[in-house]
Amino acid sequence: MALNISPLSVSRANALSDAKTEIKNLNLYYGKFQALTDINLPIYANKITAIIGPSGCGKSTLLRSFNRMNDLIPSCRTEGEILLDGSTILGRGVDVVDVRRRVGMVFQRPNPFPKSIYDNVAYGPRLYGIRDRRELDQIVEKSLHQAALWDEVKDKLQQSGTALSGGQQQRLCIARALAVEPEVILMDEPASALDPISSLKIEELMQDIVKEFTIIIVTHNMQQAARVSDFTAMMMIDDKHSGRLIEFDDTQRIFTNPKDKRTEDYVTGRFG
Amino acid sequence: MTSSSGKIALGSRRRLKNRKISNFVMLFLTGLLTILALVPLFWIIGYVVYKGGPGLNLAFFTQLPRPVGIAGGGVLHAIEGTLIITMLAAIFAVPPGVLAAFYAARNPNTRLGIGLRFSTDVLAGVPSIVVGLFTYAFLVKPMGHYSGLAGAVALAILMLPTIIRTTEEMLKLVPQSLREGSLALGAPEWKTSMNVLLPAAFNGIMTGILLSLARGMGETAPLLFTALGNERYDIRQIVTSSIQGKQGFFQMVTRIINQPMDSLPLTLWKYASQPYPERVAQSWTVALVLMFFVLFLNIAARLWLENRARKLRG
Ligand SMILES: Nc1ncnc2c1ncn2[C@@H]1O[C@H](COP(=O)(O)OP(=O)(O)OP(=O)(O)O)[C@@H](O)[C@H]1O
Ligand SMILES: [Mg+2]
Repeated sequence: MALNISPLSVSRANALSDAKTEIKNLNLYYGKFQALTDINLPIYANKITAIIGPSGCGKSTLLRSFNRMNDLIPSCRTEGEILLDGSTILGRGVDVVDVRRRVGMVFQRPNPFPKSIYDNVAYGPRLYGIRDRRELDQIVEKSLHQAALWDEVKDKLQQSGTALSGGQQQRLCIARALAVEPEVILMDEPASALDPISSLKIEELMQDIVKEFTIIIVTHNMQQAARVSDFTAMMMIDDKHSGRLIEFDDTQRIFTNPKDKRTEDYVTGRFG
Repeated sequence: MTSSSGKIALGSRRRLKNRKISNFVMLFLTGLLTILALVPLFWIIGYVVYKGGPGLNLAFFTQLPRPVGIAGGGVLHAIEGTLIITMLAAIFAVPPGVLAAFYAARNPNTRLGIGLRFSTDVLAGVPSIVVGLFTYAFLVKPMGHYSGLAGAVALAILMLPTIIRTTEEMLKLVPQSLREGSLALGAPEWKTSMNVLLPAAFNGIMTGILLSLARGMGETAPLLFTALGNERYDIRQIVTSSIQGKQGFFQMVTRIINQPMDSLPLTLWKYASQPYPERVAQSWTVALVLMFFVLFLNIAARLWLENRARKLRG
């Protein structure tokens, strides 16, 4: 099956710049089951790319490929190429720690460590050898500012991160990810467990930080994808239940004039 | 009010009454059974206090035993022995136990992980006297003499399965998402274990360790062929003579642990089976002291853990 990336968007994308990170001819297997087939997806720097599609089509799997979190699943095997700034991140010769430092991740469910707010944010920097208290203080403050959480927690940095509300916890996890200054941030339905106000806060902060970072977000919320993202990748399972990328384009185009009938059905809510 | 609704109301009132009666009966029964279950506990504690209490005095904690037939004296040697043997056992058992548990929790389906789980189950089922005999054969015999060290090894072997199993269970309770969160920040596996899993499971792990310590503290059988007992064990004399002989610290420690030693349960068992009334009386006091040691360990563990938990909650 040929890819449905329109020539127009490809040329536009090329004009934009080279991809910050890029997936090429990716096939991914869980044991014998092929979860992803023939994925090609460029991610552009300082843009928000949304990945949408029905449940089980492999969005999380694809997202976790960008920082090799799938390595944690013993049965998982990857074929193809994943590039970060033009060089591959797959293979034994690549330092996974380095990849994960450059490509951070925020999970669907907030997962703050059972440590203080401060220690949560300082966790990454400490990991990379920063011990100086003043430097850490600065990083913590900056990251919490970026995650739009500073004002709410500045007086209780020594309190446990798990004692925050769900929305605050998620922003804490974003701050924690930002604190190591990654280049790319992966977000797997970061707002799905949150109320509309918290979720809007997270959208706002995404649009703030995207000036410095590159963001990939998986979301089930079409309005959210339409509101925040610059590009949208539409995924769907084929007849072997394997995930495929059926369309990738400007978000505006995907939502107003998609090439693929299935994309149109999905974004307008006419799909299962 | 129509007659039908009246009937319903009446019926429900009767049902309510029935429910109240059965509730009362159940409450009474469970209360009674709870009290019944508590009777042996308080009986034991009460009887031990009654029999052993009169023998409590400062000398009991600060003096060595007098020769048989002479009243007075204490069990300082056994208290020291218990503390030394238990501490040594903890040093031997905790690090390998916790590390093994980390391995088992992380690799449950590897051959080594399965083997580890199986062997801890087997080890947990080995009678403590057999462990004592084993230690005798493989440590006491080659060394040529009984020692507190051998006793500690036997206790450590007994404590190991509890420590491994409780630690493993506690680690498994830590959500997978925490581990992923740490790994996604670029933390290597071992740092994730040390910085996230261990602190998150710390309270549970400590409780397991302290409970196994308390349990080991009360063991007699594994010490019979290993620590043996030594009524003339005098730590002050060892220390003074070491200092006078200008021996190094290491040498002194070796002398302290490398000779036969008593412990409270061992002393209790020996005193109670001697045909001298004052020794039998002292054995009750030893039982009392032992009980309070174990109780203290349990309570201290709980208090300390609660304190920690409160601090974490902020
Ligand atoms: N650890 C795993 N082992 C085996 N199969 C898996 C594993 N994780 C996911 N899969 C399978 O891969 C496919 C894609 O799963 P994935 O979680 O990526 O879907 P998703 O698009 O993120 O779904 P959702 O929107 O519900 O989160 C599914 O068929 C799923 O059953
Ligand atoms: Mg998913």
